[in-house]
Amino acid sequence: MLIFEKSEAGRTVAVQAPPGDTDHSDIPESLLRKTPVGFPEVSELQAVRHYTRLSQKNFSIDTHFYPLGSCTMKYNPRACNTLAMLPGFLSRHPLAPDSLGQGVLACLYELQEMLKDLTGMQAVSLTPAAGAQGEFAGMAMIRAYHDAREDKERTEVLVPDAAHGTNPASAVMCGYAVREIPTAANGDVDVDALRKVVGPQTAGIMLTNPSTVGVFERRIEEIAGIVHEAGGLLYYDGANLNAILGKVRPGDMGFDVIHMNLHKTFSTPHGGGGPGAGPVGVSERLVPYLPVPIVDFDGNDYSLLTTKQRPDSIGHLSAFAGNVGVLLRAYIYARLLGREGMLRVSEYATLNANYLMARLREKGFELAYPERRATHEFIVTLKREAKELGVNTMDFAKRLLDYGHHAPTTYFPLLVPECLLIEPTESEDKATLDAFVEAMAKILVEATDNPEKVKGAPYTLPVRRLDDVRAARELDLRWQGS
Amino acid sequence: MPYIPHTKTEIKSMLDAIGVESIDDLFDEIPASLRAGDLTEVPVGESEMAVSRLMHERAAQDGQSLCFLGAGAYEHHIPAAVWELTTRGEFYTAYTPYQAEASQGTLQLLYEYQSMMTGLTGMDVSNASLYDGASAMAEAVLMAVRANRKSKSKRVLVPGTVNPAYRKTAHAIVHHQGITLEQLDYDQQTGVLDINKLPTEPGDFAALIIPLPNFLGRLEDLDALTDWAHQHKALVIAVVNPVALGLIKPPSEWGEKGADITCGEGQPLGIPMSSGGPYYGFMACTQALVRQMPGRIIGRTVDLDGKTGYTLTLQAREQHIRRSRATSNICTNQGLMITASTIHMAILGEQGLGKVASQCHANTRSLVKQLTALEGVSLLFEGSYFHEVILRFEVPVKDILKSMTAQNILAGLDLSEAYPELGNCLLVCATEMRSEQDIERYAKKLENILLRNESVKCPIKPKW
Repeated sequence: MLIFEKSEAGRTVAVQAPPGDTDHSDIPESLLRKTPVGFPEVSELQAVRHYTRLSQKNFSIDTHFYPLGSCTMKYNPRACNTLAMLPGFLSRHPLAPDSLGQGVLACLYELQEMLKDLTGMQAVSLTPAAGAQGEFAGMAMIRAYHDAREDKERTEVLVPDAAHGTNPASAVMCGYAVREIPTAANGDVDVDALRKVVGPQTAGIMLTNPSTVGVFERRIEEIAGIVHEAGGLLYYDGANLNAILGKVRPGDMGFDVIHMNLHKTFSTPHGGGGPGAGPVGVSERLVPYLPVPIVDFDGNDYSLLTTKQRPDSIGHLSAFAGNVGVLLRAYIYARLLGREGMLRVSEYATLNANYLMARLREKGFELAYPERRATHEFIVTLKREAKELGVNTMDFAKRLLDYGHHAPTTYFPLLVPECLLIEPTESEDKATLDAFVEAMAKILVEATDNPEKVKGAPYTLPVRRLDDVRAARELDLRWQGS
Repeated sequence: MPYIPHTKTEIKSMLDAIGVESIDDLFDEIPASLRAGDLTEVPVGESEMAVSRLMHERAAQDGQSLCFLGAGAYEHHIPAAVWELTTRGEFYTAYTPYQAEASQGTLQLLYEYQSMMTGLTGMDVSNASLYDGASAMAEAVLMAVRANRKSKSKRVLVPGTVNPAYRKTAHAIVHHQGITLEQLDYDQQTGVLDINKLPTEPGDFAALIIPLPNFLGRLEDLDALTDWAHQHKALVIAVVNPVALGLIKPPSEWGEKGADITCGEGQPLGIPMSSGGPYYGFMACTQALVRQMPGRIIGRTVDLDGKTGYTLTLQAREQHIRRSRATSNICTNQGLMITASTIHMAILGEQGLGKVASQCHANTRSLVKQLTALEGVSLLFEGSYFHEVILRFEVPVKDILKSMTAQNILAGLDLSEAYPELGNCLLVCATEMRSEQDIERYAKKLENILLRNESVKCPIKPKW
């Protein structure tokens, strides 16, 4: 039932509204609102109960194992939320003078410094609001760099076919054409194919390492050499940074610009679809172009640098300083973990992924890259089950929900047929991983004995499988009365 | 180990199952030449108790000032229930609802949000959020250029009365695609666009942006501007403060045909000011443009048994399907902020929002009355406003602001940088949170400061 269906005309929550004022004579009559705003009229209790009950219809990290590949659904420490929501942080107006923000700016500055160290980049800007905005910022900086050198022929950005969809979309927003490069059978970028397409038109390449197929790009130094030789720059998509945190630094691999997803690697909450934070880090030659504001420290005071101090910056990506509350959570997380904790993140994320991979293989599941180590994630392909049993990846995913596990990422990357991209993260214990393996094994038995059962899943959730085709054809995007 | 549950026994048995000796063996595909050295800038880990102490100190350091600043972020009352519910783990730690059956809570909430936003703006459809108001305006510009079937132009007209931070952000985001934002000058006597002075032959342009209220606090001639743009085959992008819509008519009712796209900053609807984020951008549009809209959209449908359910829809617009031909690169958006805002709007209810808007307006009127009663302070523009106005001073405002800050009052925004032509001006705002006592305190302190300045300028001559 929708909140609107609980509404009764004339019911108000008087305690939450000011008295109001009925004198609007100084506003022209023609500008005043005469139609209802369409908000429901419910009591505070009705609202609280309604949204509490709605929340209970969600799977979440706090309630379920959530091995969504490429999303790093690890535990979000409660302390990060509680401390980032202290009144002093929440009540600060973004245009308050820096002198009234030394506490929050100190946290942000220290976070910048830590991210530089962790990634091997020369400078960091925290302002992008999410990974995709970080990608946009990165590509805009690459463009600014080429433009400043009057190098105007570079119109093309190379993107592996396995890349996140945001990569080509971000490159296009920066005015580039996108050329795909294939992935070799072993999961690495096809370096021969790369050599053929790289040239004076190449502005850069966007890579994820470990890649989206869950393996470490072993020839990264060679790739960096090829692209740099041709005058292009290397962009690092930090979606999978959790796999190598403290072990390998993108700066050392030869990347010129990177973004990080703090809502993945630094455990800030995913919130049902954000907010995230996508700070960017750059090598020396891109420093002037970093998006503003940037936090500066002169030894005494912290301040925000804008285009006044950074005239070559690609500019502002939002009205103020980005998702500061998310950045605070990441800072708190980093302070709690410390330098040893950072290393442990990648170690135990990798241990959990390789363990889960070994156990699933043992249960008869086919791995997309059986000869490779898993990084923090790996791919199972269900093409045999789909062909022989008629039970596909979506069916497995939906049945997993019945067994109390959120499904892994399905049908991504696109180049592996019937794939499940599985990322357990470091914060899950062995018993949880074992339970997931048992559930997968049971579903495999069901798929063999009673495929229809699996194809009809889920059975135990608030709804069964939804009609997506109808949703797109008969658009119903808002409540319009009963 | 912080947030890592493994015991030694478990580690051993897991390594055995994999068939390696140590965790380090799992990294053997990484070339040795690339292995990182020790971290130097990340401090040693601390206990929750120690970090908690540090954060309490830092939060306290920033103090809490009496806020008369607006300019894009506003202090409003947020019912306690809003963030109590929003930070429930089931909302806080879920992700984008790709698995609809396991995300009905978030999905239904987003559908309710879309319903509330379409009600508020009068538009047909709403998406489920963008990053913030400024980036939402940038997306609206991109969308308008894509969607305008009557014009192939890549020019968008932007009044100088649109928030300068929004104009800068939009430029940074759209200029790579050859789109230009051309400024329309406002009338310096009134602080709004003069409908009689708009270019008679503006040339082909894709859209006109109309702010409500404008950055100078004024209410533009919404009807005339909307009709003017439509007469020139341009689309209308409304950039609105959502709380103002509790008092002022929605963009769907502007002019003869209404705005085509409405966007803005969602922060005033239940989101704390938090030094500028996370907030969220909202966007709504006419039915005709829905397939050009960026961001997530939720649809209502049925399941196998015919039961009502909610799901992500029109995904063919989005980057994970359409890749380089997507309507935007946006993926992660501001979901949790929408959760808070939806609960906020539900608790405010049909009448609550109007009361908040009216109270803001009344408090600002009171602020104007008390401050302009002081010698040397005047209202810059006559005419209607919502909850922000510009006050003109006879002396530079920088020192005044400094003195007021020392008294723990954020007295407004110095406009001398963004609008040097206006002279010594402050943009001030009083929301429903500012009591009569707060306003009196502002007036009293300001009076003292002005008097002191005066006495410095004209020292009293000693009588001898």
